[in-house]
Amino acid sequence: MCPINKKNNRMKPLKIVVLAKQVPDTRNVGPDAMKPDGTVNRGILPTIFNPDDLHALEFALQIKDKIEGTQVIVLTMGPKRAADIVREGYYRGADYGLMVSDRRFGGADTLATSYTLAMTIKKIGDVDMVLAGVQAIDGDTAQTGPQTAEKINFPQVTYVEELIDLGNNEITVKRRLDKGIEIVKAPIPVLMTVNGTFDKCRSRNAKKLLKYKYARTDTELAREEDFIKELVEQRSYLHIPEWNVEDIEAELSKIGLAGSPTKVNKVESIVMKASEAKILSDSQEDIDLMVGELISSHVIG
Amino acid sequence: MDGNVFVFCETDNGKVVDISLELLSSGRKLAGKLNCKLEAIVLGNDISDIEKQISKYGVDTIHIADDSRLDPYLTLVYSKIVSYVLDKDQPQIVLFGASSIGRDLAPRVASTLQCGLTADCTRLEIGDHLERKTKVEYKDLLLAIRPAFGGSIMATIVNWDMPPQMATVREGVMKKEVFDKNYKSEIINIDLSDLISDEDFVIEVLERHMEESKVNLKEAPIIVAGGYGVGSKENFDLLYEFADMLGADVGGSRAAIDAGFLENERQIGQTGVTVRPKLYIACGISGAIQHTAGMDESAMIVSINKDKNAPINKIADYVIVGDLNEVLPKMIKSFHKQAQ
Ligand SMILES: Cc1cc2nc3c(=O)[nH]c(=O)nc-3n(C[C@H](O)[C@H](O)[C@H](O)COP(=O)(O)OP(=O)(O)OC[C@H]3O[C@@H](n4cnc5c(N)ncnc54)[C@H](O)[C@@H]3O)c2cc1C
Ligand SMILES: Cc1cc2nc3c(=O)[nH]c(=O)nc-3n(C[C@H](O)[C@H](O)[C@H](O)COP(=O)(O)OP(=O)(O)OC[C@H]3O[C@@H](n4cnc5c(N)ncnc54)[C@H](O)[C@@H]3O)c2cc1C
Repeated sequence: MCPINKKNNRMKPLKIVVLAKQVPDTRNVGPDAMKPDGTVNRGILPTIFNPDDLHALEFALQIKDKIEGTQVIVLTMGPKRAADIVREGYYRGADYGLMVSDRRFGGADTLATSYTLAMTIKKIGDVDMVLAGVQAIDGDTAQTGPQTAEKINFPQVTYVEELIDLGNNEITVKRRLDKGIEIVKAPIPVLMTVNGTFDKCRSRNAKKLLKYKYARTDTELAREEDFIKELVEQRSYLHIPEWNVEDIEAELSKIGLAGSPTKVNKVESIVMKASEAKILSDSQEDIDLMVGELISSHVIG
Repeated sequence: MDGNVFVFCETDNGKVVDISLELLSSGRKLAGKLNCKLEAIVLGNDISDIEKQISKYGVDTIHIADDSRLDPYLTLVYSKIVSYVLDKDQPQIVLFGASSIGRDLAPRVASTLQCGLTADCTRLEIGDHLERKTKVEYKDLLLAIRPAFGGSIMATIVNWDMPPQMATVREGVMKKEVFDKNYKSEIINIDLSDLISDEDFVIEVLERHMEESKVNLKEAPIIVAGGYGVGSKENFDLLYEFADMLGADVGGSRAAIDAGFLENERQIGQTGVTVRPKLYIACGISGAIQHTAGMDESAMIVSINKDKNAPINKIADYVIVGDLNEVLPKMIKSFHKQAQ
């Protein structure tokens, strides 16, 4: 190949934001997981990187492997300890991490969450691609991705399970639908939501683990030992930015509880306790009784 | 709240799909309780027989756009049209199916209209809500009931201050019922000329085909499993029928698979897959340790077995002692009777 051709083929590096949520591990939910006011009692549950979001990160890293100079930025909104998500992102190959954290964001539904994320993406500026998970395992709505896309005025491609082709200013992917698949070509910029069937995320890289182990937000740093404070001061890449309402220029009426139209009216736990088996006959009455109990406890129906 | 009940109807090859028909029936009931009208939005290609398809579900008004550009579904095109109609008509309730199209479209529309959207509901009711802080009581709201936290809680969600009240609803939980086979609908054609433009077509669908998603028992919330006691491949049809009704998947024991009743990938147990559904219904399975190793972490277990001493009964929450060929039809009947 002649050099001119080579140059023509060189693709423009992309700035990719990966939306990642810290979630309670819903495999360990007990009846005390909710507070009386209907909000989640996050304090008592172990937290993890939302599974779909790890696939979204892998997607971003695959693009970075293909286009030199591409930047991958992990963005998470959440309380202080959500900084774990940014560190995990660094360990697996992200270039930058960013937290949006402010008490005033609390109690947000997907409309307010997507507004907050959209304002942050606008503040980051010049973003070419936003990759989210399809769904978070706690709220389980799969709404944040499409709503964010609408607010930043990007087209959206949901349920992505494979990267097929990457060109200049366009990308082709495979989507997994209820009853089949679809191959679509989208322009860049675009927002995509990534399915759990996308390639598994690469594991932590040992060198990066060492490099970013002491990455901290200012809030975290305040309670750290001196040697970590000094380290972060010397190495600016260890400093995790933490933006608040003012930093992203959000309107107070559109964030947190005030900006959330959906409100939890009631929550019922349907975690079952192991108990003695109920022995029933094959009569219609006995069967009606059981089916009725299964319906009223929301196991079926 | 003022306004009517709207249902977004999804079409596939000119036919309104099942989930949308279920929603029309459910919307009809809500409209009845609220004493308002039921309206449908139908977008697609070649759907001129739409009245024949849906009026009988009790639809008062059909907003229709029949245009070759509306097949296949494209997010930007559809969300523009649906947002336009809803913004103009100001409904109080809007329902979408929680299908791959509904869950792609509804959030985009909700964001455009800046309203609330409750995801993946399994029940819809009309009721009142007392706001704790302000002590204000809101009457006749949509109570949208949905599982969250991986199915371990049921949350009732309300929206009293940012209308419309929108929800996506899971397939198979509402009953589709003809309301009146002579029902007449008013037809309103949506004028697309000023509504959609080239920039809404930036995403190109290159290929689309049906592909049976591979059997994925691991993710199934409900499993109906059959053992050697089912007796034959034909008898498994009964299990499939029951499973379809519940939105469940079918699995089996190794003895059932070895006997050729079921495909290999449906084997549950030590040498098959391990599952943890919300509900496991074991039909004619004895409960050998190699089988229970793959399912004993199910949240709830129902065993149907002729033998009241079958080992599986020890880990079951409900045991029905009897012949599965009699019990299953009774369960199907019972479910039909008691479901919403
Ligand atoms: C029981 C319960 C029921 C709820 N029901 C509803 C409801 O019906 N409607 C509604 O609007 N809200 C609802 N919510 C609120 C909702 O959970 C929150 O708005 C949450 O912030 C985002 O929604 P999600 O968890 O469903 O995420 P999803 O929309 O499922 O998340 C999709 C993707 O968006 C990205 N993302 C989501 N949140 C963040 C974040 N904080 N930081 C970075 N990336 C993120 C991730 O990539 C994620 O994979 C409910 C909450 C609870 C506890
Ligand atoms: C190394 C190894 C690995 C194995 N791995 C697996 C595995 O992964 N998964 C697995 O399932 N097995 C596995 N097995 C086989 C296992 O040991 C059992 O043989 C098998 O699970 C039995 O299947 P079953 O319960 O369907 O049949 P059976 O044990 O024959 O039980 C049939 C049951 O149906 C009942 N019944 C009969 N007719 C009716 C009726 N009309 N109505 C109601 N009830 C009726 C009977 O009372 C009986 O309880 C493995 C075995 C070995 C040695």
